[in-house]
Amino acid sequence: MSDVNAEISAVDHITNDQALLQIKDLHVWYELKRFGFGHAGYVRAVDNVRFVLEQGEAIACVGESGCGKSSLMKTILGLNIPTKGDVIFDNTSLSQTKGEDLRRYRSKIGYIQQDPFGALPPFMNVQSILEEPMIINGIKDKQERRRRIEKILEEVKLTPIEQVLPKFPHMLSGGQQQRVVIARAMIMEPKLLVADEPVSMLDASVRVEILRLLRKLQEEHHLAVLYITHDLSTVRYFSEYIFVMYAGQIVEFARMEDLLDNPKHPYTLALLEASSDPNADNALVQREIPKGEPPSLVNPPKGCRFHPRCPYMMEGICDVLEPPNIEVTPKHLVACWLYDEEKGHAI
Amino acid sequence: MEQQNELVLKVRNLRLYFNTHSGPVQAVDGVDFDLRKNEATVIIGESGCGKSSLAKAILRLLPRNAGTYDGEVWLHDKNIMKLDDESFRKEIRWKRISMVPQAAMNALNPVLKIGTQVAEPAMVHMNMNEEEATKAAVRMLEHVGVPVDFLHRYSFELSGGMRQRSALAMALVTLPDVVILDEPTSALDVLTQASIMNLMKRMKKELETSFILITHDIATSSELADNVAVMYAGQVVEVSDARRFFTKPLHPYSHALMASVPRLRETIEPEFITGQPPSLLNPPTGCRFKDRCPKRFEKCDEEPPTVLVDGDRKVKCWLYV
Repeated sequence: MSDVNAEISAVDHITNDQALLQIKDLHVWYELKRFGFGHAGYVRAVDNVRFVLEQGEAIACVGESGCGKSSLMKTILGLNIPTKGDVIFDNTSLSQTKGEDLRRYRSKIGYIQQDPFGALPPFMNVQSILEEPMIINGIKDKQERRRRIEKILEEVKLTPIEQVLPKFPHMLSGGQQQRVVIARAMIMEPKLLVADEPVSMLDASVRVEILRLLRKLQEEHHLAVLYITHDLSTVRYFSEYIFVMYAGQIVEFARMEDLLDNPKHPYTLALLEASSDPNADNALVQREIPKGEPPSLVNPPKGCRFHPRCPYMMEGICDVLEPPNIEVTPKHLVACWLYDEEKGHAI
Repeated sequence: MEQQNELVLKVRNLRLYFNTHSGPVQAVDGVDFDLRKNEATVIIGESGCGKSSLAKAILRLLPRNAGTYDGEVWLHDKNIMKLDDESFRKEIRWKRISMVPQAAMNALNPVLKIGTQVAEPAMVHMNMNEEEATKAAVRMLEHVGVPVDFLHRYSFELSGGMRQRSALAMALVTLPDVVILDEPTSALDVLTQASIMNLMKRMKKELETSFILITHDIATSSELADNVAVMYAGQVVEVSDARRFFTKPLHPYSHALMASVPRLRETIEPEFITGQPPSLLNPPTGCRFKDRCPKRFEKCDEEPPTVLVDGDRKVKCWLYV
C-alpha cells in the first residue's frame, strides 16, 4: 500500500475512490405490497450506509439480527439490487452491471455461510462441491481444477486429501464442514471474502481454529474480508476496522482496539455491557440492558433511531434531528448528538 | 463453610445408552452431580458430549432406541428412577421437573395463542380448570416480563426474546422444583440474551426453583452458574463451584475449554483444542480425553478415578490422585 494510503483519515475511509470495495450512500429498501399489488411502504433494511474496504484489510460489521447486516452483505455479493446509492467493487459498479457481467462480478467474491451443514449440498461429495464453482466459471482444464483443489485443501488443512475428497458433508465434523465452505469460497481466488458469522454455529473449541485459519488466508492472499458477526468477543482477533450497525445505519466506525477500549455510542456501550467474559462474579450482578427492542424498519423512529431505548436521550434533539457523523478522535466516527460540540454533553 | 442450601436433586451413576446398528452409543455414562435449592448447576461441554441426552435421561424422555438406562436420580428423598412410567408422568414430569428444550422459541404452536399454550401444562399436570390455569399463566407471564396483552397473540407475532420468555413461562407455570434449560439463549441476540439471563438470575432468587443450564457457551454460563459440571464424551469430568471453576479449572479439558474462549476485556490469545472428541460408540479405554490431553502420562490408559480436591471439588483425572 502506498504512503498516501497509510495516512488516510476516517473520512477518507468512508470515501476513497481507489479502494477495492466502496459502499456509496447505499440504500436497500424492500417494497411492501398490499393485497399483492398496492404499494404499502418500504422496509428500509439499509439506509445510507457508506464505507470502503481496501485490498488486504479486514473489517468487521457488528449488529443484532434485523439491523440490516444481511441485506448489506447480500447487496455486496450482488444478490440484491441497491435501491439508491452504489456498490463499487474492483472498479465495477454494481448498479450498472447486468446479466453475464453480474455473474462474473459474483465470482470474484467469496462467501462463507453461517451454517456449514446447511450451506453444503448433502448429495455432493467434497470433490464435486469444490469443482462446481470452477465448472460454472469456465475452468475447463481438468488438471487445473485438480491442482486448485489440492492447493486449497492443503491451505485449509483438510488432509489427507485423498481421504477427504470422496466424503459427503454429513461424514465431516462441524469444523471440517466449515473448512470445506471456506475452501469453496476461496477456490475462484477471490479478492474479497464475505464471512457471515463463520463461527457462530461451531463449538467453542474449534471456533478459534477457524478464525485463525481465516486470518492466515487473509494475510497470505492479501484478501479483503468483511466479517459479519453479532459477537463482539471474536472481532478482537480478526479485524483492523469495525463498524456497528443499528436499524439499517452505521452508528459507530473506528479502529478495532479504539472501539473496544473506548466505545462512544450508547448502543455500542450496551453491546459491550451485554457481552460477558467467563467470570463467576457475573452471576451476582444484573446487567444494564436498554429496554425494548430494535425498531421496525418500515417506520423507523424520527431523529436518532436508537433514541427510544437510549438512556442518554436528550429531549428535543435526539428525537427530532438525525445525528451527524462526528469524528471524536482521528479515525473514530460516531453518529450521536452527545458528541456534538454545541448540543451534546459527552458521557 | 457457609450454610448450604437444601439438596434438591442428586444424580448418581446415571447411564443412558442408545442402541444403533453398530452397537450401543454411550451417550450418558455414569454421571454424578448435585443441585441445591435456589441454585443453578451449569453443564458445559462440546456438541455430542451427551449434554442433551443427560437432560432427557433425567426427565425420562427416551427415544425408541434407548438401551441401557439405569442409575439413581434422587429428587429430595425419593429415587425417581424407581417409579414406573405412568407415575413418573403423573407425579414428576413438568410438575416437579420441567424443561425448556433446545430452540423452544421456534417450537411454540403457531395455531394456539400464547396464553393457551402457557396455561396448558397447568391444566394437564396440575388438574386446574381453564380459568385457574389462565390465571396462573398470566401470573407467570408477568413474572417473566411478557406484557399481559400478549396472552391473545400467536407466537409468530412475537419477537425472539418474547417467545423465549413465553417458553420459560410454560416451564415455570407449574412451579416445579427443577427446570432444565437446554441452550436457552443460543439463538438470541446479544442484548436479548443478556436480558433473558438477567431474568433467570431473578427467577432463581424469587421462585422456589433450581435450574440446570445446559450450554456450550462458557462465557454466558458464568452469568447464572453456582456450580459447574463439565461433560466430556458422556462423562462428567469435573464438578466444582463456579467461583473456583472460573478462576482455576482443574481438569485439563476444562482448562483447554476455558482457554478457547475469546475474551472481550483481556488480550489473551485464545487457544484451540486439537483433535476431535472420541466416538461414543467405542470410547477409548482409560481416560477419554487422553488423546487430546497435553498432560498425558502412562496412568491415563487406565480408567481415572473421581478424586476430591480442595475439599469438595470433584475431578476425574489421574493428575490429582
